[in-house]
Amino acid sequence: MTVNRVQVVENIMNANDQVAQINRQTLDKAGAFSINLMASPGAGKTSFILKTIEAMQPEYKIGVVEGDTAPVTIDADKITAAGMPAVQINTGGECHLDAMMLKAGLQQLPLPEIDLLIVENVGNLICPAAFNLGTHINLLVASIPEGDDKPYKYPNIYRGLEVLIINKTDLLPYIDFRMEYFRQGVEMLNPGLTTFAVSCKTGEGIDVWANWLRSRMAAPRQV
Amino acid sequence: MHELAVTESILEIATRHAQQANAARVTDIYLVIGQLSSIVDDSVQFYWDTMAENTLCQGAQLHFKRIQARMRCQECQGEFELASQLEPCPACGSFRLMVAAGDEFYMESIEVENAPEVI
Repeated sequence: MTVNRVQVVENIMNANDQVAQINRQTLDKAGAFSINLMASPGAGKTSFILKTIEAMQPEYKIGVVEGDTAPVTIDADKITAAGMPAVQINTGGECHLDAMMLKAGLQQLPLPEIDLLIVENVGNLICPAAFNLGTHINLLVASIPEGDDKPYKYPNIYRGLEVLIINKTDLLPYIDFRMEYFRQGVEMLNPGLTTFAVSCKTGEGIDVWANWLRSRMAAPRQV
Repeated sequence: MHELAVTESILEIATRHAQQANAARVTDIYLVIGQLSSIVDDSVQFYWDTMAENTLCQGAQLHFKRIQARMRCQECQGEFELASQLEPCPACGSFRLMVAAGDEFYMESIEVENAPEVI
């Protein structure tokens, strides 16, 4: 019996990343721009998607993939009620979506008809950050009631973002949320991050976000 | 809490490389994990013991090599080791930092036992 060392040097997330690449190709071929939308539970992910759909109509057809840990279709039903195609992925208790789950979800959507695909990840600030889905941008919805210390407590999710949404700004007068402290934490993790402060309740700031999204979708895509 | 998926991936990679090397069994697996990767060693180990049963990797020892996080300052281009999670550049005080090292997560190598060649 001989003992040998075998060089491996392979990323642990390699299998996921390969499927993520396939997802990106599928999306690009169909001409659909895609967003991986992450947030903690209760940050207002679904409300934010509904507001975005409203702001982007009628020019854009929007599809939604709903990642949920439990087989409830509460979120998917709201999207369908807004007249947009939605597919629900039940992660079976898993704490995040991975590229394989999204691949299965994409097969159930009329992709060529869709201009913008929003993937609502599982409500969680840790695990989704580790799984590349193959979408064009990573977006986080943070919200005022969660507190201003979240960038300091969950740094990894902030590092991989292209866009940050600060939701529920209408609650600022009622909550001790130090915006400067929050933004400083974000700046340390992701210098110059594109950020929009919005309220899905009052609609404040949604138009500015939607304008940015329109120009981002028109810009050449990174492969 | 995504260590289950991560452990599955470790098993898949180690098994594939062991098969390519015609190994009889895997004895050791060397993993490199950056300080900024949110992976809990104990949790991976917990899943591993069950998951590796009845595979080429049964009983294989997992070794975790942790890499210190290093940040590069975008202002003064200096590099420094990150003591906690978030701190400004000690040289110039800037918050404009990029990760230079510490987000690694890969399998470096495995040690395998080869069956004696039949003569």
